[in-house]
Amino acid sequence: MQLFQLYPLGDSAITVQFGDRIDKAIHAKVRAFSSYLDRHPFTGFVEQVPAYNTVTVYYDPWLASEQGFYNPYTRVTEQLQYILRVAREHGRAAAPRTVEIPVCYNGAFGPDLEFVARHTRLSPQEVIASHARCKYQVYMIGFVPGFPYLGGMAKKLATPRKQNPRPRIPAGSVGIAGNQTGIYPIETPGGWQLIGQTPLRLFDPNREQPSLLQAGDQVKFVSISEDEFWDLKEQAHGA
Amino acid sequence: MGLEIIKPGMLTTLQDRGRYGHQREGIVTSGAMDTFACRVANLLAGNAADEAVLEITLTGPTIRFTEDQLIALTGADLSPELNGEPVAMWRPFLVKEGCVLSFGAHVSGCRAYLAVSGGFDLPRLMGSFSTYLQAGIGGYQGRALKAGDVIPCHSTTPVAMALFAQAAATPEGHNFLAANWTPDPQLYPAYRPNPTIRTVKGPEYERFSEISQGQIWTERFQVSAQSDRMGYRLQGVSLYLSEEAELISTAVTFGTVQVPPEGTPIVLMADHQTTGGYPRILQVVRVDLPILAQVVPGQTIGFEEVSLEEAQQLYIRQEQNLMQLARAIQLKQNI
Repeated sequence: MQLFQLYPLGDSAITVQFGDRIDKAIHAKVRAFSSYLDRHPFTGFVEQVPAYNTVTVYYDPWLASEQGFYNPYTRVTEQLQYILRVAREHGRAAAPRTVEIPVCYNGAFGPDLEFVARHTRLSPQEVIASHARCKYQVYMIGFVPGFPYLGGMAKKLATPRKQNPRPRIPAGSVGIAGNQTGIYPIETPGGWQLIGQTPLRLFDPNREQPSLLQAGDQVKFVSISEDEFWDLKEQAHGA
Repeated sequence: MGLEIIKPGMLTTLQDRGRYGHQREGIVTSGAMDTFACRVANLLAGNAADEAVLEITLTGPTIRFTEDQLIALTGADLSPELNGEPVAMWRPFLVKEGCVLSFGAHVSGCRAYLAVSGGFDLPRLMGSFSTYLQAGIGGYQGRALKAGDVIPCHSTTPVAMALFAQAAATPEGHNFLAANWTPDPQLYPAYRPNPTIRTVKGPEYERFSEISQGQIWTERFQVSAQSDRMGYRLQGVSLYLSEEAELISTAVTFGTVQVPPEGTPIVLMADHQTTGGYPRILQVVRVDLPILAQVVPGQTIGFEEVSLEEAQQLYIRQEQNLMQLARAIQLKQNI
């Protein structure tokens, strides 16, 4: 069985694909490769984007070819194959980081909590308990800065999107769309069912690492009171 | 102080060669749409390659220089004038305090670039000066320029100072002076309308129906009015997969041609999202991104296939030409 495949994304990127489905074991390979590449970048490496089952590696063909001396695609492919071999031999990446996200599921913060409860035939308390009980895997950051694509929500919480998207969703809103859950890092329009809000800033352009979450992290939601929400919000936005 | 914006024009933003290293955090690269013209503007102004420039879109701004400056204009020809006199592009200019730059009729291309020697005195955000409009960050206050803005500039570079010394002989009554040289016009692209864009096949090319695989090369597509720095929507024939497929989201990039289920292709441009889940039929080669960036909505484009090796050789040749140009400019400026 082929463990991975490489394909070009144009003349300045190569995608390494591990398997063809969304699952944790495949994502563990993504993480191992990605973290090895972080520590051992090659000549001409620009940046990388880890996703569900792929890592896309951007490179500068001019630098990677040593200013035209080598064929850049061949050169980078060789480097990536070497990294794939070494990353496999050196085993798994370090244990993933678990990030706790405090969420206030109360009233105004979760305007669609009642709807989700009715749709799933659970009580609002059961929705909250179930949402805060699971451990979620961050597969990818995309869509807008800092937006985590999370896997691992309990199937019974699945609820379709709103028919009419809201024109403005406050930053920090936690929502459900189909069998996915996510957090809006910045104020945008959107159609997710909003069940709560976190006081944390998922995206802060002035932080050294602007996105709070990174692909590979694990996330746990912790239910907090409205008082705790405002205290934490003050801390997160105070500085 | 810097540049005083009297009229902002249609869309004038600060951009540089792009914000790299944060796409994994969902942060788009932004940067100049035409990175080639942006680089040459910086070269002509005696700047480092990573300085910011103004990206000027179709209807140009009116700008007053509040101090003596060395400037350069490249990219689209939007009929630039200094104090009402038409001026040539792709060469350095000395402008005296109070001089006014304005633009007139659109002649060719879509985006012009203005570099000032020494660069703009603004903070970098995540390593870049580029404005990312959707998130309201970077550039000048995270937004397009408005009337009344004063964009601070660094003091001019020693190169510019040397040129100023020569300019002491500026004819009476003139408060600007054009360099008497310009790079070999062979080195910069002619912005012909309705260009054919060179591409390599995208990762999902083979998944498209046989008809669509043919039509992408033979048909022409109109760049619709809903095209911007994020992407160009292409009107023409609709393209379909041979069988429906649910793809797992992965990275997309500047120049990716993706096709949503309703069949209308979209070319992703400088402010593209970092990831996507639509099938990618083509990928524009890097050297043709500047050509695409200069297409005006309403014009048509076609696609032509090149091999990956050819695409990379074209890019390597362009870098060699730019190196040559940088050396030539250095020689001129050391006189």
